[in-house]
Amino acid sequence: MNRSSRLMLVLVSSSLALGACKKRPAPAPAPAPAPAPAETGPVRNTPAPAPRDTMAEYNEKVAAARLRLLETIYFEYDADELRDDARASLDAKLAILNANPGLRIKVNGHCDERGSDEYNIALGRRRAEAAKRYLTDRGIDGSRIETASFGRERPAVQGGGEDAWSKNRRDEFEIVAGGENLKPAS
Amino acid sequence: MHRIGGFVPLRALRRASAAAAALLLGIGLAPLGPGAVAGAQDRGVSLGIQYREGAKTSIIVLPIAGANGDTLTRMLSRDLDYSDRFTVVSSSSAPATTGTPNYALFTRLGVDGIVQASVLPSGWLRVALHDVGLKKVRNSKDFPLPSPAQTRDWRMAVHGAADGIEEWVTGQRGIAQTRIAFERGGRVWVVDSDGANPTAVTPNGMSPQWLPSGRGLVYAVLDGTRNPIMFKDLVSGAQRTLVSESGVEHTTPAVSPDGRTLVYARGTAVGTDLYAQPIDGGPARRVTVGRGRASAQPSFSPDGQRVAYMSDRSGHPEVYISDLDGTNAELLTAAAFGDRDYRAAPDWSPDGRQVAFQSRNGGTFQIMIINLRDQAVRSVTNDGRNDDPSWAPDSRHLVLTSTRSGIRQLWVVDAETGRARQLTFGAQEARLSAWSPRLLGQ
Repeated sequence: MNRSSRLMLVLVSSSLALGACKKRPAPAPAPAPAPAPAETGPVRNTPAPAPRDTMAEYNEKVAAARLRLLETIYFEYDADELRDDARASLDAKLAILNANPGLRIKVNGHCDERGSDEYNIALGRRRAEAAKRYLTDRGIDGSRIETASFGRERPAVQGGGEDAWSKNRRDEFEIVAGGENLKPAS
Repeated sequence: MHRIGGFVPLRALRRASAAAAALLLGIGLAPLGPGAVAGAQDRGVSLGIQYREGAKTSIIVLPIAGANGDTLTRMLSRDLDYSDRFTVVSSSSAPATTGTPNYALFTRLGVDGIVQASVLPSGWLRVALHDVGLKKVRNSKDFPLPSPAQTRDWRMAVHGAADGIEEWVTGQRGIAQTRIAFERGGRVWVVDSDGANPTAVTPNGMSPQWLPSGRGLVYAVLDGTRNPIMFKDLVSGAQRTLVSESGVEHTTPAVSPDGRTLVYARGTAVGTDLYAQPIDGGPARRVTVGRGRASAQPSFSPDGQRVAYMSDRSGHPEVYISDLDGTNAELLTAAAFGDRDYRAAPDWSPDGRQVAFQSRNGGTFQIMIINLRDQAVRSVTNDGRNDDPSWAPDSRHLVLTSTRSGIRQLWVVDAETGRARQLTFGAQEARLSAWSPRLLGQ
């Protein structure tokens, strides 16, 4: 497979997509006429990686990959073991990291409000490290994943009760670098 | 459990009949009832003021005349009441007297000590403590008060006078001239021991602890990047970074009793462990080796040789004690507590005899105290969730976080009687409190 041409395609596609967004005239009452048809992109840049994908479909995949990469994972009470749904989400992140060698991320561990506030900072760190270890055990270089903990200091949901607590026991993910031209996992 | 009490009104005194109250007010000389006479005899007039542990001395602050007199009377009365070592008789019905009090009347009222104070032309406070039994002034002193009056410094000086009065009677200085640091809204605050003057002193941070001098605070900033340990000088206002490193959580700082060593928890990929380093800079030395587990919340023994901390090395949080180099670690909370499988936030009492900590019981936290000599454990809270106890300098009172009145606020609890008073109020949570040392002359 020709890596550089694929990369070129992505760069061109992304800039086209970006351009399309930027050029959309805001005050127009009717939908603005579409700028350069998306289909022309792949036509000018052969070979196409997935001939059946339209540009719009490709962009959707990129957006979906970004969502999956930034998807929060959740934990049981007082635990840092990865649940099955967390592993599934990390598997998806793993594929995206593999498809984007320049991508660097940060994992922020969080806790619910029930434990000791200060001990929760250590627990949050452990949750972030659990996600990182899952990825590095599967080949991702550790230097690409930063970790941090906010303990219970930044709840996603205010209030008590298991409904709020279960949403606050979590790892949040953010992109540190290399997210500008994200490629979906092949 | 006692609630915030206020003072004993004259009419509520067991030995005080209505007639005796009238006598005190100089209304007339009605005959005393038999109860009042018997009470006076029980009291043992010749003994004078004798402070005994567990037996409360009855004391009254006579109304103080002049500008700020009402404030002074109220503050001294309240400080003596908050010490939980006195039965404080309300000042409100007693007359302002500059001359010798009528000892016989106060004897009949069961009052052991009379605090008589006046403001000198210099603004200083002249205080005399009368021993009712011995019918004479037992102690007197002029306490300097800064001007202008009613300021923060002035109030602290008045608290110092109350602490001095307490020392005259009990032999131990009081704890009114202290402050409590805590976290609220992501910043460190300081409040006077009586709840006055809550003031934010840092732009951010949590987990404050005092320098032994009382001059400043160390605290942690959880910013998600370098998470530094900071120092705040409360006198000069200066602030500086003590520990900072990218990708590391530095939390729960504590300063040794000699003020030279900083101990804190350092959270990394290989776990959270305690480290010690010179507070003025120098290499950090590892104290605990948790192998991926967590140790945090250090609290020094008063001799500075040992440290109590929480660790989950056994699989769940417990309190341990070790030497400052991490050796000779022992599980402190080894006694069976039933289903209470979560203990944290130890605080070593300044007299070295006890460690307070939080223990989970029935899904929420209560504050417990373990006696280091016989390992006896007792609970000092039972209402709401209670976290993060910190001892007062008298090794008798604790400040802690409690939900008993709604959202988390700070409460002061007398560990001997269980009497509790709310220290902070408002719509925002207050938590992670630390009681200062005595702030003499600050």
